[in-house]
Amino acid sequence: MIRFNNVYKAYPNGALALKDVTFHVSKGEFVFLTGHSGAGKSTIMKLLFAEQKPSAGEVRVSGYNVSTLKADDVPRLRRRLGVVFQDFRLLEDRTAAENIAFALEVTGARTDTIAARVMRVLTQVGLSAKSRAYPRELSGGEQQRVAIARALVNDPAILLADEPTGNLDERATRGVFQLLRDINAGGTVVVMATHDLDLVRQTSYRIIEMRDGSLVFDSEVDEPAAEAK
Amino acid sequence: MKLLSREALLSFRRAPLLSALSITTIAFSLFTVGLFGLVAVNLRQALRGLEERVEIVAFVLRGTPSETIAVASQDISAFPEVKDVNYVSEEEALQRARTELVEFRDAYRDLQVNPLPASIEIRMKEGYRDAASVDRVAQRLKGFGFIEDVRYGREWVQKLDSLRNITGLVGLVIGMAFAAVAVVIIGVTIRLTILQRAREISIMRLVGATNWFIRGPFLLEGALKGLLGGLLSVVLCYAGYILFRDKSGGTLSGLVFFRPEHMALIVVFGVLLGLCGSLVSVGPSPRGRCLSASWASTSIPSGLRLSSTSIGAAVWRTNRSSRMGRASAL
Repeated sequence: MIRFNNVYKAYPNGALALKDVTFHVSKGEFVFLTGHSGAGKSTIMKLLFAEQKPSAGEVRVSGYNVSTLKADDVPRLRRRLGVVFQDFRLLEDRTAAENIAFALEVTGARTDTIAARVMRVLTQVGLSAKSRAYPRELSGGEQQRVAIARALVNDPAILLADEPTGNLDERATRGVFQLLRDINAGGTVVVMATHDLDLVRQTSYRIIEMRDGSLVFDSEVDEPAAEAK
Repeated sequence: MKLLSREALLSFRRAPLLSALSITTIAFSLFTVGLFGLVAVNLRQALRGLEERVEIVAFVLRGTPSETIAVASQDISAFPEVKDVNYVSEEEALQRARTELVEFRDAYRDLQVNPLPASIEIRMKEGYRDAASVDRVAQRLKGFGFIEDVRYGREWVQKLDSLRNITGLVGLVIGMAFAAVAVVIIGVTIRLTILQRAREISIMRLVGATNWFIRGPFLLEGALKGLLGGLLSVVLCYAGYILFRDKSGGTLSGLVFFRPEHMALIVVFGVLLGLCGSLVSVGPSPRGRCLSASWASTSIPSGLRLSSTSIGAAVWRTNRSSRMGRASAL
């Protein structure tokens, strides 16, 4: 589903954000992307949803080659992804349901199907009772659930979550994390960037650790033998 | 299309103050252009009145048979520049002189012989009332053997020409300057809207909106603002016209207002300005283009794997031990 082959990312000021990063993610995987701030986690995320292009190397996501992706194809790739951020990125003047419906409307979904699809994902994230609430009327955890519902409404093959629990308290973090696990259990690939090691410790999901732009640890590559024992 | 209109209208509802300011700014920009247009229209009207007076008088030699004059008059009427031809006989000329030149009435009454020659008065068609056309017709008239002299006030027609050219040029320059100012103002107001909605645009991008889907509402919004601004400017122009006409105490009662097609033109111009402003602000693509950094492949360092010192590795090993511990306990 995701292939990073010898990927480099340099910024115009010459700074290297990624150095020779290689990893592959298969169908159904849940991957933690860890590392300190500035390690390159967000750059990997940006490459994954084609916000940026690699300076060298190859990035393939859901069949699209991001390195050579034309501007017109970027929306097509993004419709196959769901993206969730730390700051939720909800439209403040729209209700939870409208925020989710918006993601369907921009893709030209049939209007008579939108309401049902919105309610389905709201139920999935446990917020069917708050469909008419505005983001300001929701807690942080609930807002993140709405953002996740919006990411899910187009039935994405891959869900990218960039520090999704960064702004949440412990209880809300647990809830959102469990939701991401449930989504993964349904077959969706989940790539979750986080520096919350407590969260990482809770599960045995694959860990990819970044440091200063380099991939320094990939549990699938570096420890398969140990795991097999 | 429904969604496009809804999003465009929604932006009015979301930021009513900014929208009202944009429309007012557009209206006042167009009002300035409109006022100038109104001056131009009235100036043109006045010039047209003057142009109506452009006339060539060809004096006929005494004794020319009336048949010859009649045939020649028909020929002259066929000139493409000529609107109409009027033959004034010697008697008619004297009669006119008596009526129009009251101070010489007595002198004309006592005349034994009519000293006034017969003449052919030629009025020019609109568009041919310039010095070059008038001169051309005058030269052609001189070619008739029975024409003694041709008069048309060369200097006056030349001055009229210059006045027309200057008015046209000044109108074009000032009109374009005002239009450019209006485009900039509209562009800035649309840009403000875009900045205000930057967050929404980034979310639209994120969920896979196409370039046109993002641009469409802004273009429609610009066009709508231009339309409303244009309509408001016509109302303002009319108010200004009424005020100016009524305050002039009757001296400017002959002032004219825009014809319906002129008003429609202002509104269409407003819509076009709104569209241009939006296009300028939105640019060829509102979508964040993929950044491409220059990269020298020869300087790519080899990757470093630091799994032995990795925090991730430590966490992984801890997880593995606890899993193995749980397994052995079972």
